[in-house]
Amino acid sequence: MPIPRDDVVAWIKAVAEMISENSSYLTQLDSDIGDADHGANMDRGFKAVIKKLPEVEDKDIGTIFKSVGMTLISTVGGAGGPLYGTWFLQAGMKTAGKMELTPADWSEALEAALNGIVMRGKAEPGDKTMVDALTPAVAALKQAVQANQPLNTALELSAEAAKKGMEATIPLVARKGRASYLGERSAGHQDPGATSSYLMLRVAADTWK
Amino acid sequence: MKKLINKPEDVVREELEGIALAHANLVKVHYAPDFIVRADGPIKGKVGVISGGGSGHEPMHGGFVGMGMLDAACPGAVFTSPTPDQMLEATKAVNGGVGVLHIVKNYTGDIMNFDMAAELARAEGIEVESVVTDDDVAVKNSTWTAGRRGVGVTVLAEKLCGAAAEQKRSLKEVADVCRKAKNFGRSMGMALTSCTVPHAGKPTFDLPEDQMEIGIGIHGEPGRTRMPLKSADEITEMLMEPIISDIPYKAGDEVLMFVNGLGGTPLIELYIVYRKAYEIASKHGLKVVRNLVGPYMTSLEMAGTSITLLKMDADMLKLWDAPVKTPGLRWGI
Repeated sequence: MPIPRDDVVAWIKAVAEMISENSSYLTQLDSDIGDADHGANMDRGFKAVIKKLPEVEDKDIGTIFKSVGMTLISTVGGAGGPLYGTWFLQAGMKTAGKMELTPADWSEALEAALNGIVMRGKAEPGDKTMVDALTPAVAALKQAVQANQPLNTALELSAEAAKKGMEATIPLVARKGRASYLGERSAGHQDPGATSSYLMLRVAADTWK
Repeated sequence: MKKLINKPEDVVREELEGIALAHANLVKVHYAPDFIVRADGPIKGKVGVISGGGSGHEPMHGGFVGMGMLDAACPGAVFTSPTPDQMLEATKAVNGGVGVLHIVKNYTGDIMNFDMAAELARAEGIEVESVVTDDDVAVKNSTWTAGRRGVGVTVLAEKLCGAAAEQKRSLKEVADVCRKAKNFGRSMGMALTSCTVPHAGKPTFDLPEDQMEIGIGIHGEPGRTRMPLKSADEITEMLMEPIISDIPYKAGDEVLMFVNGLGGTPLIELYIVYRKAYEIASKHGLKVVRNLVGPYMTSLEMAGTSITLLKMDADMLKLWDAPVKTPGLRWGI
């Protein structure tokens, strides 16, 4: 069953709520190994997204995603702005003109998002970044879609893979972003970007089940 | 948290309003997107020099906008890189027709946002060069990490490039001055206390009364090692030795010595550090020919210091001595 546009809008709203609820948690993770701003930045960005949403929510999914991306780029700042902005811009290009998403559409959009994020941030798996949550999530989603699994199963598998990827960042020594300045001392902490990425996919699985 | 603020979310906006009122003769402030520009710009035929970064490092960068230094500065949220639309609008606002130099500190977010802004500005037909400062020897430079952080050299590069642009040098020549500062300058810092980002509400890290962080960054990100507090002389030695051995600086080199306060350390202590750093430099045969002592690149209310050495040549000395008139740095006029 495809995901109708209104459910995509509902996901964006649910993500904004989730970010707001987890703002302090994300900032705390960022205090441990970064600069204590991830939650606040993402919250500012998604609050702006919600304000802008009424202007585009009756348009196609690609337009909605692109608007989210541009808003995040111009309001979040830090590394999160360009990276999460790229997520939605790339997903928006893959979904241009679409009024609903098949599981394959969502899988392709998420893969394009990941590729864009890797290009912009130049991070590889194992660098202790959001790429560590997204890479296994995209792989799991793709595999489930190819095996013709139902949508809710595919989303659940992808969220669980993201969770495992996020947890796997704990022992890693950061090689990208501000956490990399800590060297060995970055080990033992969960990456904030991997955490927000997982949470977004968790919300997708919960909203679209 | 005990801070002289109204609401955490209004901190940057209200600071900008204060700057606009206090320095109306030198700068103009644009809002949404936020940036500070020279009141008398853009100047036709002069390369525009802009920088930007998270707020909380005042006077850097906004305090360095004015004649002989920056044409514009883009403030982000506290400790957060500004966004590409800020840099793009600032770039357009200072373009005198001969290109714009972006001075970027080496942080993942700053690089990505400035890269996007430069791409957008080039698409609009403005020539842009970007130079990334990365002078912090506390961070190992490797292709496997984000690389060294841009710290104290940034302030010095902004002064030198501003002077070079004032002489109507070409974009490439102004960027060359920046690259020279980047290549010949090294820094290291330490903290006695943490600092509190307003919206976080509590210190970024806990530092017990008898401990210090060596190799601290300017965003309250913890340093590389924590150890028991030592005397000013011992601490100065722990900062100076890695700096001197990094390039390395050699006997006979003429250097500018910049002893920076991180926000919570009084000048009385910075001069104690300067005195020892000067002695160590002299012992290595370095000639300290210029200096800057004071809180120019801060980390909110963090107590601590950073030391920067910049090897100078005749051209750089002339550029350093050239007149500058900004809220934060002013001489020769």
